[in-house]
Amino acid sequence: MREKDIQYLDKEQLYELQLSRFKRTIERLFTSSPFYSKLWKKSGISPDKIKSLQDIRRFPFTSREDLRRNFPFGLLTLPLEKVVRVHTSTGTTGKPKAIFFSKRDINEAARLIARSMKMTGAKRGDVFQNMMSYGLFTGGLIFHYGAERLGVLVIPAGAGNTERQIELMQDFKTTIVHITPSYALYLADVLEERGVDPKNDLDLRIFYLGAEPYSEETRDKIEKIYGVDAFNSYGLSEMNGPGVAFECKRKDGMHVWEDNFILEIIDPLTGENLPDGEEGELVLSTINREAMPIIRYRTGDITYVYPEKCRCGRTHRRISRIKGRVDDMFIIRGVNVFPSEVERIIMNFPEVARNYQIILERESSLEVMRVKVEIKKRFFDGSIEHLRSLQERIKNKIKSELMVTPKVELIEPGTLPRTTGKSRRVIDNRKL
Amino acid sequence: MSKVQQISVFAQNKPGKIKRVTDILSRNSINIRAITIASGDEYGVIKLLVDDPGKAYQALAEKGLSVALNEVLAIKMEDKPGGLHRIMEILAENNINVEDAYGFVIKSGKIAVLVVNVKDIKKAKEVLLFKRIHLLEEKDLYQL
Repeated sequence: MREKDIQYLDKEQLYELQLSRFKRTIERLFTSSPFYSKLWKKSGISPDKIKSLQDIRRFPFTSREDLRRNFPFGLLTLPLEKVVRVHTSTGTTGKPKAIFFSKRDINEAARLIARSMKMTGAKRGDVFQNMMSYGLFTGGLIFHYGAERLGVLVIPAGAGNTERQIELMQDFKTTIVHITPSYALYLADVLEERGVDPKNDLDLRIFYLGAEPYSEETRDKIEKIYGVDAFNSYGLSEMNGPGVAFECKRKDGMHVWEDNFILEIIDPLTGENLPDGEEGELVLSTINREAMPIIRYRTGDITYVYPEKCRCGRTHRRISRIKGRVDDMFIIRGVNVFPSEVERIIMNFPEVARNYQIILERESSLEVMRVKVEIKKRFFDGSIEHLRSLQERIKNKIKSELMVTPKVELIEPGTLPRTTGKSRRVIDNRKL
Repeated sequence: MSKVQQISVFAQNKPGKIKRVTDILSRNSINIRAITIASGDEYGVIKLLVDDPGKAYQALAEKGLSVALNEVLAIKMEDKPGGLHRIMEILAENNINVEDAYGFVIKSGKIAVLVVNVKDIKKAKEVLLFKRIHLLEEKDLYQL
């Protein structure tokens, strides 16, 4: 089937394709994966009972812990001579996870990247500077292969070395970059220092942003600074790396490539499936992978599926920007709260600086959510009344949106520990 | 008439927070005439009258503190019963709300200074001067 046709398959055809690939994957795993065949026999599942995609719900989840416990070869289903690459992804604790690729797996991963790039307007003649880290991280190499497959000129710049990045962009007239949002903002500062106007002195037109969470506001900012179209993408090493889901030109949700993945949203607490439109944990299954298929992988990422079809005409369903991680979610007085929601609310106050912290405590028997907020220096005018009123407004806003009444503390800017990347914004002191 | 300016510093209620302020001021040879602390629960505002508010502001801001400079009224009173009452009477009659106030005595039994924060400082000045209340200038504070 042609690439273009796959993207515009009608719902029934896409469903049939998924079902047949799903069945084939399960059959193969029963015979070639000791891990899965043991797990499924225990749950009383047999491959010939699969009648519809709904049947996937009877299968147990695969967790990150499963991947770690079976590190390194436990989930590999091919003999080593048929495997050509391994990527690893380090967790925050303990052992890493290993992901194996056959030659075909790499081709398929590259196909999705090429498809995604083409969807956003990349074409032969473009110069693509890949500023992601090469090596064990999938974001560099897999994207590289995809870009070559599409036929653009690839500069394997890798991450860092800002001086050279700028030189490369100037020398080769780079038109497309793959970059983390935080590095894009940093690079803009350096360009300004050098007196380079990113809009007029460079040839940039497309940015692929990924590998870390960021807000819609950050995307807007990057688009304005560089005068480019910036596209959001989603991926994880366990699912081949980048290119699991990608925004089309509408920039309204990311199309999950459903010919390669089965997409589910579940309630992270009960494991029950949720209908489209409802927010929950993203669960993915690979249905077009040889070396290491994974069924019902709990990504830990919180999102929802757009119920309506995209106006671009593609049938592959879209997911929203990742809202947060399940591990970050906490429950206070029976209410589920994501730190990112608290962040969104407090960042809407112009008086608030960038840093905040959430502390969960038990006062006598009552649970308390304390939100520490740094305020901007220029907001302080000497009036304690103004501080109290700000405190009150933040408290009421959080209360009305999250149904939890917090204790809001205002603190001086620069008091909270500066954190890079995946910061610990939540401190839970409720342990009895 | 030169304004009397008050320095305010935003700080958490934690040991050592005032020390940080006084440390910076003493290093810059700035003299403190009065200090008061308005406290929220976990944070407070330290208010200071100093001999060189401009310099103090800069020194504190340079060290990264959240600091503000505001004009206040410094009212000279006689240090005897009824002195404060008279001032409050005038302000109340003119419907001027006192945001906060503190006082200190310069020469025991002789002169007291009342520092008052109000929203409409111009109006407060007018009504007090009209009633022949003596308002101090910055330089007066250190020559008394």
